[in-house]
Amino acid sequence: MGSYTTSTEVHALRVISEPLSSLGDRTCKVYRMGRVPYGEALKLQADLADRRKRNEIADSLVLLEHPPVVTLGRNARRENLLSSAEQLERDGIELVETNRGGDVTFHGPGQLVGYPIVDLGRIRKDVGWYLRTLEEVLIRSLQDIGLAASRQSGMTGVWIERGDAGPAKVAALGVHLSRWVTSHGFALNIDTDLRYYRHIVPCGISAYPVTSLRESLAGELDREALECSIVGHFGTLMGLSMTVGAGTQSTAKWLKTAAAIV
Amino acid sequence: MPTTDVLMPQMGESITEGTVTKWLKKAGDRVGKDEPLFEISTDKVDAEIPSPVSGTLSTILVKEGQTVAVQAIVAQIEASASDAAAATAAPPPAAKAAAAPPAKPSAPASPRASSPAPQPVAAEAAGSSDEDDDKLRSSPLVRRLAKENNVNLAEVDGTGPGGRITKEDLLAHMERMKSSPSRRASAPAPAAPDTVPAAPAASSAGRAREEIVPMTPMRKKIAERMVFSKHTAAHVSTVFAVDLTKVVALSLKERSRFEQQEGVKLTYTPFFIRAIIDGIKRFPVLNASISGEEIIYKKDIHMGIAVALDWGLIVPVIAHADEKSFLGLARSIADLGERARSKRLSVSEVEGGTFTLTNPGVYGGLFATPIINPPQVGIIGVGGVKKTPVVVDDAIAIRSIVHLTLSYDHRLIDGAVADQFMASVRQYLEGWDEDLYV
Repeated sequence: MGSYTTSTEVHALRVISEPLSSLGDRTCKVYRMGRVPYGEALKLQADLADRRKRNEIADSLVLLEHPPVVTLGRNARRENLLSSAEQLERDGIELVETNRGGDVTFHGPGQLVGYPIVDLGRIRKDVGWYLRTLEEVLIRSLQDIGLAASRQSGMTGVWIERGDAGPAKVAALGVHLSRWVTSHGFALNIDTDLRYYRHIVPCGISAYPVTSLRESLAGELDREALECSIVGHFGTLMGLSMTVGAGTQSTAKWLKTAAAIV
Repeated sequence: MPTTDVLMPQMGESITEGTVTKWLKKAGDRVGKDEPLFEISTDKVDAEIPSPVSGTLSTILVKEGQTVAVQAIVAQIEASASDAAAATAAPPPAAKAAAAPPAKPSAPASPRASSPAPQPVAAEAAGSSDEDDDKLRSSPLVRRLAKENNVNLAEVDGTGPGGRITKEDLLAHMERMKSSPSRRASAPAPAAPDTVPAAPAASSAGRAREEIVPMTPMRKKIAERMVFSKHTAAHVSTVFAVDLTKVVALSLKERSRFEQQEGVKLTYTPFFIRAIIDGIKRFPVLNASISGEEIIYKKDIHMGIAVALDWGLIVPVIAHADEKSFLGLARSIADLGERARSKRLSVSEVEGGTFTLTNPGVYGGLFATPIINPPQVGIIGVGGVKKTPVVVDDAIAIRSIVHLTLSYDHRLIDGAVADQFMASVRQYLEGWDEDLYV
């Protein structure tokens, strides 16, 4: 009784219904990369962000997954890393310090990682808004596959309520900004092997566990369909028109669905 | 050497503070304008903050790991000689014709130079002979007036033909100087004519005892929202005197038990909210908003509650207030108020309200006419509760009376509906019949 839940849906609608700048034809290129080592993806992000800052390219959304890696955000507390570097190595997990916001997190196969490289200076200069909007993108995309996800007050990320078991986190967020150009982004556990998480206290939150879509959905999980949903909602909520970037791993299905969104 | 303060930037509406995570320069280092200077973090977001100017980082005031409020000074940068020269020497490129290589014409392009270009350039070109120049641009009457009032005509914007200074221009200028004598202090803008001893008005009459303080982001936001509301909504206020005797008696009787048993202070606010929710259910248009030419009827009632803070005002929202019991409302109010004052509200908790309650009566005001919080269409202000002699059944009785004001948007709500709504709120309160412990 002491707390209350906020109506995320209604609030979110308001939050996101107001992208400030009236945008003309603002495009955002989607790059679908498959599995990319973390370090390489960092370089790619840095390159895209630099070029975005110089206004040489449009906004981008990079979708990929990483081989197993534990990353330490700028605010990471060492005590949230529960295993030594050697133990991680033995389990085939890389350890990387990075410049995103947030604490410790894990990336690995079966996770959908999204790195939006967008200029918030042209969308809305508000990091709170940006985080809530990323959450909303994921919440709506999960809704599309029949899963009710929500926010938890004070704990950034996307959560799944499991009745008496309490909430569990299905997607983590962490963002870096340089002159209002974003990098890093979100990581959504689709069918990640959750045993990897025993090495860390994810995001420094020990009270609630992490989960994956696999744990909550019995049926078939269609990653491509989910990616398409995310791309669609991302475009709507950020006020960007999404196009498929060159060099993207494109299956016929992806292109077809992507075309339907664009 | 001019010193520039480096501030903790405002990273978003809901962000009130930031932590310096890393200094990318040491004290004494040179830094270029827009070069990354330090990194900050707020929840889940790290940001690189570029230097606002170029110069030497003279003082670091906030150490790595420290958290400070938005707009707090975190460091100071001293503009180096060459930077300063570049800044101040910029204005008069016109006069320097051949001498220098064509320096970057930054000043003429500056948006500050709002006055039509001719005058400042002319003034610079004329150099020492300001007088001659004045003759070209003003009448003898204007020159005499200027002399009598110690005004330098070079500073006056002329609106007459060819930039000529009219008597009206001069009077308007004197008026401006009177109202903002210390303008010069706060505006380091390279607007050209500031070199002349300009503000005799300030010292002469000794009236300029003023302090100029920049608005906080919250103040700016409040100002913007208030004016936006007044420009958008067609405000009308209706005031109802409500006999609160029953509520007052009940709350006196139950206060200590309620607080002991539930651990929450018993205030009048949940009483008013219950009554308003009942009224909204009868007259749903009070919970609507206007979108273009459409009316959006909100099915959920999210009640905004204005909370006065030492540093401004914030309106946290009780989501789904209509689904809460009296006790649940009391708890939400206490919780939101407490967290508003300790700056721990999240974005979602101050957004999405569909109606607002405010209490201008805490200092004994009879009633106020509150400003609607758009896109909402109604707000109720609660005046002071006061024992008052009133006529009841043709006899004079002493009752606790409160004045409730509804400000409503007449674009959407007509007076009859507004008053019927208020009558129903009054009736609910006067005939209070609800268990406080459910």
